[in-house]
This record gives sequence, structure tokens and C-alpha cells, in this order.
Amino acid sequence: MATPAKEAKAVTPAAHAVEIRNLHKHFGKLEVLKGIDFAVDPGQVVCVIGPSGSGKSTLLRCVNLLEQPTSGRVVLEGVELTDPDVDIDAARRRVGMVFQQFNLFPHMTVLQNVVIAQRRVLGRSAAEARRIARENLEKVGVAAKADAYPAQLSGGQQQRVAIARALAMNPALMLFDEPTSALDPELVGDVLTVMRKLAEEGMTMLVVTHEMAFARDVADRVVFMDGGVIVEDGPAAQVIGAPRHERTKSFLRRVLDPTHTDV
Amino acid sequence: MTEKSTATEPSGPAGTPPGRARLSPRKKQQISRAVQYVVLVAVVVFLVLRIDWGGLAQNFAKPEVAAETWPEVFTVALKNTIIYSVGGFVFAFLFGLIFALMRLSSVLPYRWIAIAYIEIFRGLPALLIFLFILFLPLALRGFEVPGGTYGQGILGLTIVGSAYMAETLRAGLQAVPKGQMEAARSLGMSHSRAMISIVIPQAVRIVIPPTTNQFVSLLKDSSLVLFLGVTSEYVELTKFGNDLASTFSNATPILVVGVTYLLVTIPLGYLASRLEKRQGRGR
Repeated sequence: MATPAKEAKAVTPAAHAVEIRNLHKHFGKLEVLKGIDFAVDPGQVVCVIGPSGSGKSTLLRCVNLLEQPTSGRVVLEGVELTDPDVDIDAARRRVGMVFQQFNLFPHMTVLQNVVIAQRRVLGRSAAEARRIARENLEKVGVAAKADAYPAQLSGGQQQRVAIARALAMNPALMLFDEPTSALDPELVGDVLTVMRKLAEEGMTMLVVTHEMAFARDVADRVVFMDGGVIVEDGPAAQVIGAPRHERTKSFLRRVLDPTHTDV
Repeated sequence: MTEKSTATEPSGPAGTPPGRARLSPRKKQQISRAVQYVVLVAVVVFLVLRIDWGGLAQNFAKPEVAAETWPEVFTVALKNTIIYSVGGFVFAFLFGLIFALMRLSSVLPYRWIAIAYIEIFRGLPALLIFLFILFLPLALRGFEVPGGTYGQGILGLTIVGSAYMAETLRAGLQAVPKGQMEAARSLGMSHSRAMISIVIPQAVRIVIPPTTNQFVSLLKDSSLVLFLGVTSEYVELTKFGNDLASTFSNATPILVVGVTYLLVTIPLGYLASRLEKRQGRGR
């Protein structure tokens, strides 16, 4: 309801798809994010890498306010989400989210999974919602499974359905939270191929991942996080190929060669 | 059992060389089983000889009296039992869901109210609640439970059932993974939309087997309608059996009614365990 007013109030003419300023997040006494500043421009693909517990997932979940930031600002297309007056449901429609555990709705068929939010949130007609659902299922290569239930699908297929479900809402930004971490190794490729295709089509993407090859090849920028801060943020080739910071170097050594043991 | 222990006492510890062992473990097992059969046969023989079967049949299974229960045992009594218990179940489910949602609410007083209700009405005997309903019009002058006798019976079962149902549904709601709500919210659904479309349908599926058992228990509790002092057309199975038993000074109607209950409760119990197994496989 408050959205039109908020959009009118937008300070900058949405130069960034999403902009994060001085973001802090505490879980009780534990400070998980210690002042994060960064932005993603429209059409950019940004990969966030870093050791587990570095705050990458929390950062991603703060972008669509699945986690309420303790302080700081999240600005999506010029609308400040952290403003308590903003209609968060309306803002979330602009952000697609893909989870590590897929989180498909198990009591609905694949098609219903992709249709439900279009109907209930965007108010699209049943026919239109189904058409858009089928288009997106086609795009991610699981159209043949439209009438199956999630439990009948492989992990890779489920994750692609989850991507189609998010895409059907025409998001301005897609968030991926370790989308391939729960997959069997032989299924990772299918999901990454879909994500690569999306990137080529110009989708704005913020991806938390451990897939260094994907980050290096697809990302415009790579952000390395450790201990709740951004250690390094730069072009993919530079952060992964020629990291400046010691912490980035030691992380990459460990990731690229798991038998390597140094600190 | 005693014979067994005396018989085995002299035998050496397990693993004694075959030559010295008086009883091998297998032998002991055979003796134990034989003793159990002997006891069973003895008890059966004793009962067959001592019980006055004719008198028993005259009192509990008299065909002429059983015929008197027909067809009202189905057309009136079972029908009313089903009206009371299905009515009670429907309202218990609705109020149980409301109390379960209150129990999980972020508004503290809602949680208190739900906890108080659940703890009080799970802790009271169902009969006490029916007696309470019976005295309601005395306490509140001019108050009448809507729906008359049916209303009173259904109200009693609703009060009892909703407390149990609330706990079952709360467990069901909590069993739905957090990621489901997060996925729904990140698609732009409001909290209540996500509850209605995503979380509650899954919770209901999870609680179908325990809820079937609760229906059986409500069906049995509907016998307490007896204490509401209902008349002819409103009688349910227990009252029906009790009344006819008094009329004929014969217990046969109670047996007939008992069998009628089992015709419903046993298949339902079987259905519940089937559903439970199917769910176990599904996840």
C-alpha cells in the first residue's frame, strides 16, 4: 500500500539494483555481520565466497529481509527496505530467492509450485499463470515434470523448479544461497548451466557459492567475506586469480586444493 | 514359571560341555512353552466347566432381545452417535486450529490463553465437562446451548476435543520445515497467506493419522451424552443400550451396542495405522 509513496521518495534514480550500507547483524551476542558495504548494479552477477560462518548466507538473507538487520540500510531499486514503513511483501516480489534446500512446496505439483505465488501475490489469471509457469519450466529444462510432485524429482530437477518458481515472479534481482551445495556432484552441472544462461540473459544475480569455477567464469565481481566483513571485492579474475589479501589467498588455496593444509 | 525355574535350577551355567548339561537352552525353551500351553488349557477347561453358559447367553445374547434393538440401533442410536462425534470433531478441529495458532502466536496474551485452555481441559475428566454443561442453564439464567440436545452434546465434545486437537495441530505446524515459510515469504506472500496456502495444508497432512485416532476417542466419549438426560430421538448408542437393557432387565442390548461401536472404531483404527505407515514411507 505504501509502495507508490516510497518509490516516489526514492533518493537516487535506482543506479544500483541493490545497495547495502553499513549493515550489521547480531544473533544475540554473536555479531555475524560487522558493517557490510557493497552494491550490485543492474545486470551484474556478483558471487560471494568465503569460509562457512563468514556471514555470506546471513548477508544474502538480509537483502530480502528474511533476517532483520540489526542496523544499516538495504536499498532495493531505490526503495529502502530497512525503512519500517515499507511494504516488505511488495518489495520481496522484486527479489527471487533460491535456497540450498530447494524448499519446494511438497504438497503441490511442480506446476502448482510455480503458479501459486503468481496467482495469490501478483493476481494473475489461472491461464496466464500456467502459461508463464510452463515457459519458465521449459527454460530450466523440467517442463516434462510439470505434473510430478517434488518428491518424485532429483535434487537437480527440484532446484531448477525452484529457480523457475522465482523467475515466474519477474524479479529484478535473483538471490542464490549455495544453490548446489545440497546436490549430488553429478547434478551440480545442470543447475549451474541454468544459472549461467540466466546470467547471459542479463539477470542481476547475487550468488553465495563454493563453486569457484562458476564464480570465475560467470561472475562480474567476486566478494570474499571472512569473519563478518568483506575482505576483498573486485573483478572475478582478480579476486580468484590474483587475490591481494592473505586471508583470500589462504582460503582459495584450501578450496582449490583440499589436501593443502596451511593457515 | 515356577516349574521352569525349579526344573532349570540344577543345570550348570550356559556353555557347560554337552555331556554334563542336564538341559540345553533349547530344551529349556521347549519346557517353558509346554508349561504355558498347560496353563492355558487348564484355565479354559476350568471356565468351560464352571461358567453357566446358558444363563450367560440368556443375559448377554438373547436373540429375542437382540431383535428388539433392530433397526433403531442403527437408524437412531448409531446415527446420533455419529452426529455427536462428527459435529464435535469438526468444531474441535476448527477451535483446535485456532488454539494451536494462538499457542504459536507472537502475541503473549494469546499464548497464555491457549496454554491455559489446553492445560485445563486436557486435565479434566470429560464427564465433568458434560456435567458442567448440564448445569450451565442454572448458572446463566435464560442461557441455552444453541442446537438443543445435539448442541449440548457437540459442545461437550468440542470442549474436550479442541484441547487435544490444539496440541496435535501445534505439533503438526511445528513439524513443517522453516524453509517452507521462508520460501513463501520470499515469493512475496504475506504471513497469513503463507500460513493458509503453504504451512497449514502441510500441517494438516502431517496430523491426519493422530487426528483419526482422536476421532475414535471422541466417538467413544460421545457416550457421555448419556449424562445429559437426553430423550428418545436424541439417544446415542450407550444411552440406547442402557435404556433397552433396563426395559428388558437383560444385558443383551449392551452387547449389541458394544459390537456396533467396534464396527466403527476398529476399521478407523486400522485406517489410522495405514495412513501412518503411508506417511512414514512418503517422507
